[in-house]
Amino acid sequence: MELFDLPLIWAFIIGFGVIMYVLMDGFDLGVGILFPFAPNEESRDTMMNSVAPVWDGNETWLVLGGAGLLAAFPLVYSILLPALYIGVFLLLAGLIFRGVAFEFRFKARTSRYLWNWAFAGGSTVAAFAQGAVVGSYIQGFETANGVYVGNALDWLTPFTVLAGLGMLAGYALLGSTWLILKTEGRLQAWAYRVTLPLLAGVLVVFGIISVWTPFVDDMVRERWFSNLSVIWILPVLTLLCAMQIFRSVRNRYEGMPFVATMGLFITTYLGLVASRWPYVVPPEYTLWDAASAYESQLFLLLGLLFVIPIVLVYTAWTYWVFRGKVRAGEGYH
Amino acid sequence: MELDPLILSRIQFAFVVSFHAIFPVFTIGLASYIAVLEGLAFKTENPVWVKLSAFWTKVFAVVFGMGVVSGIVMSFQFGTNWSNFAQASANFLGPILSYEVVTAFFLEAAFLGVLLFGRDKVPAGLHLFAAVMVATGTFISSFWILSANSWMHTPAGFELREGVFHVTSWSEAIFNPSFPYRFMHMALASFLTGGFVVAGVSAWYLLRGREVEANRKALSMCLWLLLFIAPTQAVVGDFHGLNTLEHQPTKVAAMEGNWETSRNVPLLLFAIPDQDSQSNLYEIGIPGLASMILTHEWDGEVPGLNEVPAAEQPPVAIVFWSFRLMVGLGLLMIAFAVTGLILRAGGRYWRNTWFLQGLRFMSIAPFLAVLSGWFVTEIGRAPWLVYGVMTQAESVTPSLTGPMALFTLIGYIVVYGLVFTAGLYYLMRVLYVGLEDSPDDWEHEAERPKRPFSAAHVPFEIDGDNQTGKPINQGGH
Repeated sequence: MELFDLPLIWAFIIGFGVIMYVLMDGFDLGVGILFPFAPNEESRDTMMNSVAPVWDGNETWLVLGGAGLLAAFPLVYSILLPALYIGVFLLLAGLIFRGVAFEFRFKARTSRYLWNWAFAGGSTVAAFAQGAVVGSYIQGFETANGVYVGNALDWLTPFTVLAGLGMLAGYALLGSTWLILKTEGRLQAWAYRVTLPLLAGVLVVFGIISVWTPFVDDMVRERWFSNLSVIWILPVLTLLCAMQIFRSVRNRYEGMPFVATMGLFITTYLGLVASRWPYVVPPEYTLWDAASAYESQLFLLLGLLFVIPIVLVYTAWTYWVFRGKVRAGEGYH
Repeated sequence: MELDPLILSRIQFAFVVSFHAIFPVFTIGLASYIAVLEGLAFKTENPVWVKLSAFWTKVFAVVFGMGVVSGIVMSFQFGTNWSNFAQASANFLGPILSYEVVTAFFLEAAFLGVLLFGRDKVPAGLHLFAAVMVATGTFISSFWILSANSWMHTPAGFELREGVFHVTSWSEAIFNPSFPYRFMHMALASFLTGGFVVAGVSAWYLLRGREVEANRKALSMCLWLLLFIAPTQAVVGDFHGLNTLEHQPTKVAAMEGNWETSRNVPLLLFAIPDQDSQSNLYEIGIPGLASMILTHEWDGEVPGLNEVPAAEQPPVAIVFWSFRLMVGLGLLMIAFAVTGLILRAGGRYWRNTWFLQGLRFMSIAPFLAVLSGWFVTEIGRAPWLVYGVMTQAESVTPSLTGPMALFTLIGYIVVYGLVFTAGLYYLMRVLYVGLEDSPDDWEHEAERPKRPFSAAHVPFEIDGDNQTGKPINQGGH
């Protein structure tokens, strides 16, 4: 009856969804992280307007990620969320505050500064929480009989804090290169200025994580240092992307820094996947252990094959409608 | 006192879902109303319809936005606090909730943008189409979510293998026995909510003599709608109750405050149910009426709470009183709808001050009725989460401790409290600015980014130098 390896197909779909979310919500969270450091209030208006039309579509991928994980890999859903209980709450609270800040800031007069802080604080907390999630994923989860048995704050270790800081720097880099692409004049010059220090920060944190990770987990060490030497191409590609960011910022290219930053994220992401494949709840469960019933995976897959292309067309269309530079005074008033 | 993660998780879920539910229940009805207004505007080219549609679309944008923000939380609650339930029911609930995201949320998001910002950018017919699609999206969303919810009340089309639900028939599971009744009951509740809010706000404007022609038309439309659906809701509610009697007799026993299975059961108007003594401390009732309503015979047998052990009974008093509140509000809604018909003679319905004042306050009634109805059906299911198969205690996350659950419960209360105070304040401002200059805004609106709240386009602070100079607390909500 089982004609296809559906868990494998679903692993690709969820994996695709995750990187879509990271890249798309990453740059608008990054704009939020950089918000307090912008040159002036007018720049802040422009920064917000550059992501205002698209951010909530970006976050819909997170909702789909939650529901899709429940549908395809319920074991992941029912172990990760309890394990990350406090972190998930911080993530959601951050997303709520920054979400409403978009709307209220432009309506506010005297209370505007409050929504500035809600936007920056919410974005920062959400980004840090996501990084800590990645960190605890590398770290692995304490389980017994398919149930999380660890403590409330196991996700908060020096390693995951570092991963959280790495994600902050990474999202900020996505944000600054997005601003290079979408803005001009003083704000763009500022974005060029902050990009290289951010890149340096990202490389330092990623470097420490790369050196540290093999000591956190034996399986990862074996994979990197004994049997699978071909995966060394991924960190090499990551460094090439970093060089490309450096060169294109030096040469004042507008689109390339953002594209190269996305490349940096994709290769790092693939490196992470390669370290842990095929474990979806490390160190215990593989994607086949975590899969839902065959008929459930099939029932949803058939629908998604039809609907997701339509969603992608719509998403691309939205970006096309709002293409080009965002200028001061455009958007919200 | 020891902190019980089960109780705290139940309170947390009740809080976040109740808070979330009041927004969609309003937007489902309002989306259809806006689609009708757009249709009238398209057909007649009467500027009044455009004016009304533009105004109510602003209100819609704010309420929809708050529904979205509070909705993100919901998709993670199953995992954080009810992971055993998530793991057991994922084979059914996972695909159903995913289908809701891809068939409803994206449809709503896509066409809401066109509805809010496209009036001058797309042809009128396409704008109308967008309004219809948004309304359709809200119904598709309630279809999936109520299917999931109904399945938890009347599970069907599954078999249990090693503690995990496996779907054996998708059609039986999706169209489970209580789904058609619950869906109809909720759809009508959404229309009642939309209808009474629009009627209440129109009444408030009429009392102040603002935009009389448009608001009179809006009120008239609402009263016709309510005249048909308020009584229909009573009939559908009765069918829903009979369905519950068949599948969840204990819940009906709690609703009626009936402790022992017996014939010729009275309909209790007042009682103080006491769980400890398994009886009512006081009761005043109409003899035989509960038997008549539930079995359509005066001496029909009505099941009592004694059919199940005390440990499997829901908390009776809260179910009993929530049910009475819901029915009482429903009867009040019918009374207002009928009064509206009577007052049509001589066109008094839009001039009678008492009636309009009453409608102002009735705008909050459907929200209370919906919440109390949800309390009846959800608390009445206790201690079951999947009725008859899986209890709430079996469903809660094993690693969850009392302090963790308390931390997030307080956290959600604080976050929602702050965010929604600001949101409601802003909504008041939209209502308060009113219809007066809304059509002229649209040209301006076209340049803005496609965002829900920005369609509402009024400054956040309420200050002294506004056009009408009336304080906000006359808003009536």
